[in-house]
Amino acid sequence: MPAPSPLSHARSYPGFLWKALGVSTDGGWPFYSWMTVLTALMLVGVNAWAHQVVGGMALTGMNDHVSWGLYIANFTYMVGLAAGAVMMVIPAYLYDDRKMHDVVIVGEILAIAAIVMALAFVTVDIGRPDRMWHMMPVVGRFNWPISMLTWDVVVLSGYLLINLHITGYLLYQRYLGRKPDKRWYLPFVLLSIVWAVSIHTVTAFLFSGLGGRPFWNTAILAPRFIVSAFVSGPAFIILALQVIRRVTDAAIPDGPIQTLVKILRVTILLNLFLVGSEVFTEFYTGSSHGASATWLYLGLHGGDALVPWIWSAIALNVTAAGLLLTSRPSSQLWRIDLACVFTFVGVWIEKGMGLIVPGFVPSTLHELVEYFPTELEWRIVVGIWALGLMVFTLGIKIAVEVFRDRMHVDAQGAQVEA
Amino acid sequence: MSDTSRRTVFKAMGATLGAGAFARAIAPIVEWTEDLSLDQLLQRHYKELGRDELQVVLRELERKTAEDYGTSVSIADPRPTPGVSFGYALNLTMCIGCRRCAEACHIENNHDRATDNSYIRVLEIDKGTVNLSRATADYDGPVPKADKYYMPVQCHQCDRPPCVNVCPVEATWKEADGIVVVDYDWCIGCRYCEAACPYHARRFNWTKPQIPAEEINPDQAYLSNRIRPQGVMEKCTFCLHRTRRGELPACLEACPTGSRVFGDLNDPASEIRWVLENKRVFVLKEDLGTLPRFFYFFDE
Repeated sequence: MPAPSPLSHARSYPGFLWKALGVSTDGGWPFYSWMTVLTALMLVGVNAWAHQVVGGMALTGMNDHVSWGLYIANFTYMVGLAAGAVMMVIPAYLYDDRKMHDVVIVGEILAIAAIVMALAFVTVDIGRPDRMWHMMPVVGRFNWPISMLTWDVVVLSGYLLINLHITGYLLYQRYLGRKPDKRWYLPFVLLSIVWAVSIHTVTAFLFSGLGGRPFWNTAILAPRFIVSAFVSGPAFIILALQVIRRVTDAAIPDGPIQTLVKILRVTILLNLFLVGSEVFTEFYTGSSHGASATWLYLGLHGGDALVPWIWSAIALNVTAAGLLLTSRPSSQLWRIDLACVFTFVGVWIEKGMGLIVPGFVPSTLHELVEYFPTELEWRIVVGIWALGLMVFTLGIKIAVEVFRDRMHVDAQGAQVEA
Repeated sequence: MSDTSRRTVFKAMGATLGAGAFARAIAPIVEWTEDLSLDQLLQRHYKELGRDELQVVLRELERKTAEDYGTSVSIADPRPTPGVSFGYALNLTMCIGCRRCAEACHIENNHDRATDNSYIRVLEIDKGTVNLSRATADYDGPVPKADKYYMPVQCHQCDRPPCVNVCPVEATWKEADGIVVVDYDWCIGCRYCEAACPYHARRFNWTKPQIPAEEINPDQAYLSNRIRPQGVMEKCTFCLHRTRRGELPACLEACPTGSRVFGDLNDPASEIRWVLENKRVFVLKEDLGTLPRFFYFFDE
């Protein structure tokens, strides 16, 4: 087949997008119900955010003592989930796991959805969204390389673009009925592996670089972030693969699930080990730098807002580890699934609120002010989760249609001429 | 009607419904932006504004303040005096914890009345320790108490300010006279600086400040005490609208004990220099390497 001219792409690419739009809005009643629920939840979030922009952040539970809360907690968790997707990419491309290779696009779509959510969580956290353009290089004043936040902007948007390119390219080639050209995606896949580590490292540096916040100012923070990303990511994908197998006709073999279980069995223990190391240092030294950890785990001066949460997280993660190590993926998959749910929630608490809020409690002047998210914050959070699930659902739906050869290019204008 | 066209009609109805619901959901913001002019939206960074452009911005801010708060104010832009480098020292032996400095700051800097905001937080600490975990800002009753001493904390105008480093948009910076300022019209309100500051010196405008017209201090500056917009950071500026004209900070003038010493660190004859050279001086959290310009000292 002769190389297609750029002109032919000018015709076929819009067709690809148009058909993707068609696929995204077409389905059975279960699909329409699911999308309606997600849309409704998103609108609730949008409305809550609109009220927040107008009325001010005073509508949240945050204050000058605890100046980041539920939004940044979810942001941090989402960066982890996006990075965790790489646990599919590494076996698929570095170890040539053929079966994983067939389903690796699920991980890439998860990365896209998670980054979209992470960016949304940052957007709702800033006080002046109308000034977002100040962060753009050239037209704004981008404080790079000094501010870690600018690094985060670079790596997160880069990771989004890389994954959009890989996913888009593979789907488009399949749509055209062509074999993807390795030169156009393999370098990006390899780059995405390094880049995945970078997004969660930079996000950790955002916190660990602050000398005035001893709870975050620890060299172990970036490794902790990475490891918990490799827990929450595989846990989500194991569950997602089974859901996809059930609600679509996509061929999802058991192999990738079992590979991910193997990975999870190791990373979940590593995560507990790192949490344990942190807890030991905080408590054994007994310095006043451990005040935040004391507040988090035991309560301090009568404040104990997060104590039940952090112990739930530990119980969930320990139980999940026990289940994973004592269950066979082949015959006891439901126990594995339970473990995945447990650890997905456990890490959400531990690397979310359990990591962000104690950085502020007690404050830098050792005042103890606690933080409780308001209903408005929860509405916005639910809205963004619905947005993420919608991006993920649509991405998977398009991928399934393309890979089942139901969405493909019209036979080279033959229909038009006929 | 064929199945395909029924689906198309169905989709169009869904899209219309969705768009309508979205418009309703976002409506509060649309109304809010009607109050936001294009000039405001596109206003450039303080450092990029020419003298004339800045004048236009200042007059517009004055007009807006009059419109929103019902009183006329003048907003100036005093610049640093070449060769001057400000420093501040506080005598912990003399401070009695009366918090008049915090109150003066509240009035001088046009802080929100409802939240009783101030750039100064006074800590009551047990005698016999400098450990802040044995301090409280939440104390009552007559002062000074026999077993306590008092430590007012405000922005230390660090020479290595963590807050300036972390800002993603360069909305905060250190001026030539040592004062760390914020361009309230450039800040995006991410609050990273608030997390980075080890001294709890920064404040966020969680809502639009409310001040009765008759209580507004009309003597204002762009980089200091003009009424801040909602959703941006603010901080102590050593009252630059006063000190750059040779006056003293409001907190110093309010102090009944004379605990506060302010002046030019480059002037060998200044009182601040005498304190630094002759008293037992320390800075808060010196180990963090922030190099504060705010010093504490004890009398012999």
